[in-house]
Amino acid sequence: MSQEKILSSDGIPLEESLKKAERKNKLKAVLLVAPLFLFILIIYIFPIGDMLFRSVDDRMITKMLPKTFIAMEKWDGQDLPDEPVYEGLYEDLSLLKKNKTFGKIIARLNYEKSGFSSLIKKTIRKIDKLEEGNYKEQFIKIHKRWGQSEYLVALKNTAPNWSYAKYLKGVDLKFDEKRNIIQQDEDRRIYKTLWLRTINVAFWVTIFCFILAYPIAHLLATLPMKYSNLLMICVLLPFWTSLLVRTSSWMVLLQQQGPINDLIVWLGWAADDNRPELMYNVIGTFVAMTQILLPFMVLPLYSVMKTISPSLMRAGKSLGGTPLVSFVKIYFPLTIPGIGAGSLLVFILAIGYYITPALVGGASGSLISNNIAYHMKSSLDWAFASALGTMLLVGVLAIYWVYNKLVGIDNIKLG
Amino acid sequence: MALPKHTPLNYKIWHYTYLTFCFLVFFFLIAPLFVILPLSFNAEQYIHFSSKMLALDPEGFSLRWYEDMIYGTKNPWGLATKNSLIIAFFATIGSTILGTVAALGLSSRHMPYKAAFMALLISPMIVPLIISGTAIFFFMAKVGLAATHTGIVLSHIILGTPFVVITVTATLSGFDHSVTRAAASLGSNPVNTFMKITLPLIMPGVISGALFAFVTSFDEVVVVLFLAGLENTTIPIQMWVGLREQLSPTIMAVATCLIVMSTLILVTAELLRRRSERLRGINR
Repeated sequence: MSQEKILSSDGIPLEESLKKAERKNKLKAVLLVAPLFLFILIIYIFPIGDMLFRSVDDRMITKMLPKTFIAMEKWDGQDLPDEPVYEGLYEDLSLLKKNKTFGKIIARLNYEKSGFSSLIKKTIRKIDKLEEGNYKEQFIKIHKRWGQSEYLVALKNTAPNWSYAKYLKGVDLKFDEKRNIIQQDEDRRIYKTLWLRTINVAFWVTIFCFILAYPIAHLLATLPMKYSNLLMICVLLPFWTSLLVRTSSWMVLLQQQGPINDLIVWLGWAADDNRPELMYNVIGTFVAMTQILLPFMVLPLYSVMKTISPSLMRAGKSLGGTPLVSFVKIYFPLTIPGIGAGSLLVFILAIGYYITPALVGGASGSLISNNIAYHMKSSLDWAFASALGTMLLVGVLAIYWVYNKLVGIDNIKLG
Repeated sequence: MALPKHTPLNYKIWHYTYLTFCFLVFFFLIAPLFVILPLSFNAEQYIHFSSKMLALDPEGFSLRWYEDMIYGTKNPWGLATKNSLIIAFFATIGSTILGTVAALGLSSRHMPYKAAFMALLISPMIVPLIISGTAIFFFMAKVGLAATHTGIVLSHIILGTPFVVITVTATLSGFDHSVTRAAASLGSNPVNTFMKITLPLIMPGVISGALFAFVTSFDEVVVVLFLAGLENTTIPIQMWVGLREQLSPTIMAVATCLIVMSTLILVTAELLRRRSERLRGINR
């Protein structure tokens, strides 16, 4: 027996020839994926990275007061700093005044410690009149707060380029003057409530969707085709209809003079002049979101139930199981992948829901997304919006990861 | 579903409770949409059923809100419709081409790190829209594409491709690769094979992916809210603005038109799905 290698028709060993072909095919596949991959990488993944970056980026003050912070490095933060710090302040603030760019720094410093606003404004107003030398004394003369070390400590605290203060704010915590992490003031604690409400709404909407979807998915999967196709329209039409159209129909239904309230009054459950508020609170959010997200639960359940052979249930019955026992022991376990996929979809969609809560939720029914949008569009605290967004993103990815470990992501199907 | 005659009473009760429950859920799903239709023909300016409407008096109905939608002064719907259609058209083309090509690569058995790439490419579908909107807005503002059609089209391509990738990959999973090898053995070059053999076979998947991409772009409001200026207003934006101010009958008229449109899309998508299943031999 010879140990000779098998050669392909052009004289190259077959093994090598195959490897070459394999490499070529691999390259071809990668090249096909490359355009979309690069597109998403540049316009989507990098911007999300940029968002993470913005949430911890705190270089603004460091950039605006460079000389002050260099001088402050030598200060121990105990008593008042020495002359060089004030000299740095003088030079930095003069430059800011010349460029008229001190607006941002006032807002940022006043956020760190209230009282900075008037301090900086007054100093900038009078800074041209200062004489050279002995800045410390002159600064204290302009405003006595320059002689109080707590303000200078607060200023020094803004020195690091990176800060996770926005994340602390997102869970109702903050730094005190000594950089200890403490609870936010009582009247400003809103984010824990908001997170809990968001998770709560997402959880219960998922449960409601499951309770409503399971029976109808079962009916759709077991009815003969000609009936089930007709009923399937009831699921698919809302699925394909614009979200705003569906939300506006709930606004019509739930308004004070709307059909549901009319019905409640007609049934005598409430007086005509005392109609219940069904909208602009958490009830509106629950009802509308459940109806809007229901198809996302029905479709995965249906596609799983469709594959379960009816003979399995018959076999269970013939072996003496009551319908309930056969259902619990046979049917239900087989539908778990569908339940998992549907619940994942609904929960992830619900936790980031924005439009519906904004329109029917009012103040008590708004969710974390509404707050992110508020900080993006109204308060313009983009760093904080980024921090909240990052926290939400991490939450969603964690759910996704757990789901992938438990059920496997391949089970996601559309329609 | 008729029950056998000998069914015990408690099963009968259980069975009819189940059917009633299902009926109520279907009603809950579909009824809200049908509230809008009659209200859009309301002759009065209020969003509730007038006594004339309930009595089916012809005087209670009118087309005035449709007139207002089309001819109304300071009418935003014309511009919004034009923008929505332009944006959705280019976004659909972009997503369909990029998504189909990527799906071809992803379905190849030679593709390395398939799961990782797949996860990355469908991530815009999983990440909450508010986060996508924020991130894309930062990017578009940086490169000067905020408040431009181009910026909105690019972001809608991002949001639409996952659907195309998923539907086309699903179609390709039932694809018989021996036909392309047959074409190659008959002397066809790869491009020719793709255009003449592969594409026609996966067409139902491509079109239903394109429909998803179109609807995604046409309905999308969160990202557009961040990106759009006055010139780029779209139908969803106008609806959003209108709904925040006050429910007006004109919005009901627009909503009715959108429901008609989604019905047409649903019918198309269903026909395609059945054709695709027939071609893949699932429904034999």
